[in-house]
Amino acid sequence: MSQDTPKIRLKGLRKAFGPKQVLDGVDLDIRAGHSMVILGGSGSGKSVTLKCILGLIPPDEGLIEIDGRDVSRLSRAEREAVNDRIGMLFQNGALFDSLPVWENVCFKLLAQRRISRAKARDKAAEVLAQVGLASSVGDLSPAELSGGMQKRVGLARAIAAEPDIIFFDEPTTGLDPIMGAVIDGLIVDCVKRLGATAVSITHDMASARRIGDDAAMIHRGQIIWRGAAASLGETGNAMVDQFARGEREGPIQMELRK
Amino acid sequence: MDRILDPVAAIGRAVIALLRGTGAIALFAAEAISHLVRPPFYGRLFLKAFIEIAWFSLPVVALTAVFTGMVLALQSYTGFARFNAEGAVANVVVLSITRELGPVLAGLMVAGRIGAAFAAEIGTMRVTDQIDALSTLSTNPMKYLVAPRLLAGTLALPLLVIVADTLGVMGGWLIGTQQLGFGSGAYLKATFDFLQVADVVSGLIKAAVFGFVIALMGCWSGYHSGGGAQGVGRATTSAVVASSILILALDYVLTAVLFSR
Ligand SMILES: Nc1ncnc2c1ncn2[C@@H]1O[C@H](COP(=O)(O)OP(=O)(O)OP(=O)(O)O)[C@@H](O)[C@H]1O
Ligand SMILES: [Mg+2]
Repeated sequence: MSQDTPKIRLKGLRKAFGPKQVLDGVDLDIRAGHSMVILGGSGSGKSVTLKCILGLIPPDEGLIEIDGRDVSRLSRAEREAVNDRIGMLFQNGALFDSLPVWENVCFKLLAQRRISRAKARDKAAEVLAQVGLASSVGDLSPAELSGGMQKRVGLARAIAAEPDIIFFDEPTTGLDPIMGAVIDGLIVDCVKRLGATAVSITHDMASARRIGDDAAMIHRGQIIWRGAAASLGETGNAMVDQFARGEREGPIQMELRK
Repeated sequence: MDRILDPVAAIGRAVIALLRGTGAIALFAAEAISHLVRPPFYGRLFLKAFIEIAWFSLPVVALTAVFTGMVLALQSYTGFARFNAEGAVANVVVLSITRELGPVLAGLMVAGRIGAAFAAEIGTMRVTDQIDALSTLSTNPMKYLVAPRLLAGTLALPLLVIVADTLGVMGGWLIGTQQLGFGSGAYLKATFDFLQVADVVSGLIKAAVFGFVIALMGCWSGYHSGGGAQGVGRATTSAVVASSILILALDYVLTAVLFSR
């Protein structure tokens, strides 16, 4: 793979649910070993984009490449092999409530038989510590956790198998500011230490600047801007700046009124 | 006129939906079964489902069977007394129980318990993204969630029916000896004299089919539920209704096939 093949490439990605065109030609390159932040209004199709990349939602049209290979039309076995290297934090956690927290965290390692059940508890404690949770949490059931704790367990589960590509769907929503900063640090660390490619969805601009190398904004089913995450707030693109600053007045508001 | 034909159109639509649904369910079942012969196998999950079906349904099924046996003895005695054929009571009880009522009643009871439980459990997993999460965690959801439950349903129901058969006969025996004046030995002799292996086996085959259908409809409804808590509620209801109707319909078909001599 050459240096400039993007880790993930989306081209002309389209998806409609019934009459509703959610993705309307999404083009996006995500650089290997970098952290990409995706911004966009609520319901703009950010989660759907991630689920398309994961093969959980079949796109209507368009190309999805991972490491230069088209993954939109894979057999099930090939798809599984691709997903083996991807970690995902779902927006709502999606923890398995029939299993204790430690089994949730080490689920993938156990499924891939990379670890014995005896060792999994220790491994879970180790990963839980990284997300700021005590090892005693491992024995609880997900239903006994607070929302923020569930989010962190979800995060622990996404990174436990040290994947190549990690998707974080709103990793810091529902966390207190300090814990949010800790999680941001953890995401940066995953990218640096594991050399992983991270794609995060967030509504928190401070967090976006902290974790992102690159940023992209999705609006009306298309990527309307991409650039350096550090520039968020003064990108020169009126829509992005309005979004980043959270202003009521601006082009996005105008469009809503129309 | 339109108003009058409305129900007809509705029936037409329902039939088309049924046919389309049947095909999709058949494919779903075939995929799940194909996972039963390919590793990895989830023995722990199979065991859990098996215990949930076989062990925890035991009280309901046992009670249903005993009372059914008792009622059968009473009713058939009343009927046969009119032809002076009271001696046939034991025979009628054992044949009805093993061939029909054991599997059908156990099936219906289990459909209510297990069909609903499977649909609710898997449906909740669907609407909370847990099924999607499975496929991002190197685990095939069909293999993990559906295959073990189908196997457990198919194997557990025959076991329950053996218990139901036994208790049903005992219920008849109880009434026969305590109320109808049969001798204990004579009643049991009459029970086993005419009972054939085929009677019991046919009931067990039915039970296996019913168990498979209950688990299948529970898993299918849950797997395809949508729309939050309401969707899961609908999935649960439709799992129970569909498997109950299928049990009754398949009972007829299986009876026709198994005893078509
Ligand atoms: N399975 C589905 N069936 C039907 N519509 C869907 C489905 N999933 C998503 N949608 C629709 O697609 C649109 C985009 O959803 P998505 O979850 O991607 O939004 P989002 O950008 O992640 O928003 P948020 O920031 O609120 O999470 C929404 O309008 C939603 O109603
Ligand atoms: Mg979302």
